[in-house]
Amino acid sequence: MDAVAEAEAPQTMLQNTPKMSTRRVNVYYGETKALKDVDLDIGENQVTSLIGPSGCGKSTYLRCLNRMNDVIDGCRVEGDITLDNVDIYRSGLDVVQLRARVGMVFQKPNPFPKSIYDNIAYGPRLHGLAETKADLDNIVEISLTRAGLWKEVKDRLLAPGTGLSGGQQQRLCIARAIAVNPEVILMDEPCSALDPIATARIEELIDELRQNFTIVIVTHSMQQAARVSQKTAFFHLGDLVEVSDTEQLFTNPRDQRTQGYITGRFG
Amino acid sequence: MNSFILIAILLTLATIGYSFGQRRARKVSGGEPSTLHSRPQYYGLYVALWCGIPSLILMAIWLIVEPQVAEWMLISNLPEDIQALPADRLSLLINDVKNLASGNIVSREIDGALQRAADGYASARQIGNAAMVVVAIAIAVIGLGFAQRHITPTLRARNLFERAVSVLMIAASTIAVLTTLGIVLSLLFEAMRFFAQVPWYEFLFGLSWSPQTALRVDQVGGSGAFGAVPLFAGTLMITLIAMCVAVPIGLFSAIYMSEYAPPRMRAIVKPLLEILAGVPTVVYGFFAALTVAPFIRRTGESIGLDVSSESALAAGMVMGIMIIPFISSLSDDVMNAVPRALRDGAFALGATKSETIKQVIFPAALPGIVGSLLLAMSRAIGETMIVVMAAGLAANLTADPLEAVTTVTVQIVTLLVGDQEFDSAKTLAAFALGLVLFAITLTLNVIALHVVRRYREKYD
Repeated sequence: MDAVAEAEAPQTMLQNTPKMSTRRVNVYYGETKALKDVDLDIGENQVTSLIGPSGCGKSTYLRCLNRMNDVIDGCRVEGDITLDNVDIYRSGLDVVQLRARVGMVFQKPNPFPKSIYDNIAYGPRLHGLAETKADLDNIVEISLTRAGLWKEVKDRLLAPGTGLSGGQQQRLCIARAIAVNPEVILMDEPCSALDPIATARIEELIDELRQNFTIVIVTHSMQQAARVSQKTAFFHLGDLVEVSDTEQLFTNPRDQRTQGYITGRFG
Repeated sequence: MNSFILIAILLTLATIGYSFGQRRARKVSGGEPSTLHSRPQYYGLYVALWCGIPSLILMAIWLIVEPQVAEWMLISNLPEDIQALPADRLSLLINDVKNLASGNIVSREIDGALQRAADGYASARQIGNAAMVVVAIAIAVIGLGFAQRHITPTLRARNLFERAVSVLMIAASTIAVLTTLGIVLSLLFEAMRFFAQVPWYEFLFGLSWSPQTALRVDQVGGSGAFGAVPLFAGTLMITLIAMCVAVPIGLFSAIYMSEYAPPRMRAIVKPLLEILAGVPTVVYGFFAALTVAPFIRRTGESIGLDVSSESALAAGMVMGIMIIPFISSLSDDVMNAVPRALRDGAFALGATKSETIKQVIFPAALPGIVGSLLLAMSRAIGETMIVVMAAGLAANLTADPLEAVTTVTVQIVTLLVGDQEFDSAKTLAAFALGLVLFAITLTLNVIALHVVRRYREKYD
């Protein structure tokens, strides 16, 4: 697999250079300010988890990273957000290409009402990643294998994707996201609609995917953040309160609010 | 007594029963409604049902049966010689007696026997009605008392009421189904009478339509030809033209409204488009006949085409405009109903807006869109007024949209307008046409259902 070789080389070289970086990010929904001056770096080939009580702006922040906020009416984003040191909000940037580089997995599994095969092939077809049918078959197989779904569905690739179980659907959505070979994958509470077994399966998968992708995950479960991420950012009421290595944040938080949240005193 | 007043009385009784039941339930619960099986309202409804339903049923039966009983009594009270009259004359006489009884104009001399019969009839009906009122109110009161007495804390009033409601719903849907069945059967039987006079192959495959039949044996002309092919060809052509106009305009405006238009624009445009559906078809008709048809004729002549003043093109185009809102409004609704998650999924993969619409939203909304197309099409097939005014009555078998054609529905109208015998081939032909039209629309529906099932992309 070429993608693996490509992605492994920079991992060693650029461990300390952030893949994405945001400075003074403010987001408004109409008149209300949802994010206040957020400065955060997303490390390459790391899992960064965003935690915080509901409505704290962590999903909003996540959706800034691939400009999914663009499709929400009345949403305004200010500040600098860069991917490989290039501003993703500059005029003239093609959102389509940005989203091909920064993929996304949603809270609720949302497979297209198409076959499993077509779900995976959708992105590669859009971006012209496969020359021939064989190429496409190959991409589908690789993506499903990486998402740990290949064994379960290889005999029914033409069955509808909506017929899978919830956990399988979410892995299908992850496979769909990695099929376009993005550099960053954003996950918005990917396990909140799943049972513990499916959740464990996805967490394992996230850990494997870290080899090749930069991952940002929003989660409500602090255990999950502790299990899968290397870096954790705590948001509260639109502020980025604290960000540090996951172990550090959970064992020795610097801020009172972080302390309060992780010990369950509020949130 | 007027039956409306009776119904009002019964409803009042039921309302009283409702409050009695509620109060009674509170009382038997000993001031603690939480110990009851159901909430007190359900006990009220239970009493109201017992009070209203039996008497209303009695009333319905009475309204159906009473006229027949009264008539039978009337006939048996008439003198022997009148009873021996042939059936059709007897029924005329009975009509007169009834008219006399209700004080209407009568078509014959009033003699003593007739007057007596009328008086007897009137008083019998009066007594019967009075008896019915008394019995209905009595039943309502008895039902009220009975149900009231039955209220105990363990009475499953909610379940009983819910069962009654479900029976009501079953009855409602049964009525709808039976009505359809009745219409189809009546079409079928009348059409069979037609096919006894005109062979079915001549009707289905005959190429000439001229439904004038001779009323008298010695009448000249009007031999009658019942080949329905020109009518169906005309219907098909006009419907096709209408769909050619309406489908692209309707679908594109639906896509614009649901995906591109800002909400305020949509709020204005959608009702405006829906106004099109509210314009009376007769207005469309003269618009087609007086504006569009001459326009087409002039345009055609200026490029050297021979256009008749009534043309399938004019009727089809105007009809197409009429059915645009069926397609645009319904398709807009179904595309709006496609979950946001699917759009987000496509956008997150880097799909553009148009790719998302074409590849995700449209397929997911397909069943609804096909439904809207079908609805529009059946509107077009069934449309009469525009065709009468703009496309004419001449049953031409032609593929040229610039010529006058006619449609099935228009011919049904012309067959039944004016003085007709109701057993001639001419009038019965209307039923046969109706039956075939029904078969065609039914087939269309079934085919579309299969298409949708085959290609639908289900989302949940």
